[in-house]
Amino acid sequence: MQILKDIYALLIGMWTTWKHIFRRPVTIQYPEEKRQPYPRYRARIVLTRDPEGGERCVACQLCSAACPVDCITMQPAEGEGGRRYAAWFRINFSRCIFCGLCAEACPTLAIQMTPDYELCTRDIMDLLYEKEDLLINGCGKDPVYNFYHHAGIAVTQPRGSGGEELSPVDVRGLMP
Amino acid sequence: MSYDPIDIALILGKIGLVFFVILTLAAYLVFAERKVLAWIQDRKGPNRVGPFGLLQPLADLVKLLTKEDFRPVGADKWLFYLAPAMAAIPAIMIFSVIPFGAPLTLFSHTIPLQVADLNVGLLLFLALSSIAVYGVALGGWASNSKYALLGSIRGLAQLISYELSMGLSLVPVVMLARSFRLSDIVAAQSGCWFIVYQPLAFLIFLISIAAECKRIPFDLPEAEGELVAGFHTEYSGMRFGLFFVGEYINIIVLGGLAATFFLGGWHGPLLPPVVWFSGKVLAFAFLFIWVRGTLPRLRYDQLMHFGWKVLTPLALVNILATGWFLVLKG
Repeated sequence: MQILKDIYALLIGMWTTWKHIFRRPVTIQYPEEKRQPYPRYRARIVLTRDPEGGERCVACQLCSAACPVDCITMQPAEGEGGRRYAAWFRINFSRCIFCGLCAEACPTLAIQMTPDYELCTRDIMDLLYEKEDLLINGCGKDPVYNFYHHAGIAVTQPRGSGGEELSPVDVRGLMP
Repeated sequence: MSYDPIDIALILGKIGLVFFVILTLAAYLVFAERKVLAWIQDRKGPNRVGPFGLLQPLADLVKLLTKEDFRPVGADKWLFYLAPAMAAIPAIMIFSVIPFGAPLTLFSHTIPLQVADLNVGLLLFLALSSIAVYGVALGGWASNSKYALLGSIRGLAQLISYELSMGLSLVPVVMLARSFRLSDIVAAQSGCWFIVYQPLAFLIFLISIAAECKRIPFDLPEAEGELVAGFHTEYSGMRFGLFFVGEYINIIVLGGLAATFFLGGWHGPLLPPVVWFSGKVLAFAFLFIWVRGTLPRLRYDQLMHFGWKVLTPLALVNILATGWFLVLKG
């Protein structure tokens, strides 16, 4: 009998919703209860320092080029000894889509994503983060990496004196 | 016909009480609906305003009152303004014939807990619920909007066809109670509730009142997926609120009538009659909310097909069977 089958189907549906009335809600009461994001959660962007405390950012513009929404801008400058840094560095978080491409593009691990997702403000101009808002006193996810120990070494120290570096080949000599 | 001033004061008191209770209950029914639907969907529902969100209806009221009262260009001004009242007032008027408790005896005065004990109470209910259709029809027509017009045409067709099966499903009740007076119908059920004799009529009545108060699965006049919001698309602020509250008053009133006709009204063991009556009404309200949380909306032709080709013939057969049974019993 088709009609009995249909009535049975209706009752099954009613029974399912009845069971759900007594199930614990999945809602998180946000401002009071907060969810613990995973360590690799992609939210607020920071600029990190190398283990010696210098700025990692060399103002190479790769993050700015990788950014699909063009929210990163900076002005490169050169310090004493030819070491490059960003004179100013600006991320517009009202445009940022937290895709993480900037962090992937960064050759010096300067720009990194943090799990701090609470970026709401009343004034949209507060979402324009300058370099002093972005720069942190720490190494972020990699506590040992220092770009100048691997590349661009001549800028900060004589060639051949880096940590994992071989001394330069004497091109005039005959020895291999 | 002369009236005692005490009687008049009592009637006014009862009217005031009914108005207060029904309107408050309707506001809290909106809250209960949001809560229960939220639980069904594994959410928490409104819980910010006051303890457990209990002041939410008050906040909604303030919001509706302070909203802009908008009238579309080309709308028929007076009909547009009148329609929400025409939908809400008949709904609350129906409650005047429902007995909501056993007659009280105070200082040798017998007070029936019923605003008006008419000898044609059941017919008055059918007439008033038909009049409520005008609010839907005129509201949609006066809005000068295609969605509202479509919604009100659907509302008209649906309400008229389901009114028929609703009226027919009540005929066996009248045959059993031998009276149109609602207090007589309740008195006839003091021994055994009519749902025991008339389970089919009860089922038809239940389906018809779901269609009558435009609830899912019969909410075709509103059908937000197809018609924006149906007949009240163009209404805003408290005028929309009046349509909305009218619908919830309708749920309470029709739940009360279902309890009166089939579940013995205020009859019940142990607890006081008023508690029994309100318990039955709230059970019907919960059933409607639960059904809303479960079932999808019917297609329009399925709705009309079901009303005319299934419910109406069934109700007629039920009348015949009841008559046959009564004649045999003698």
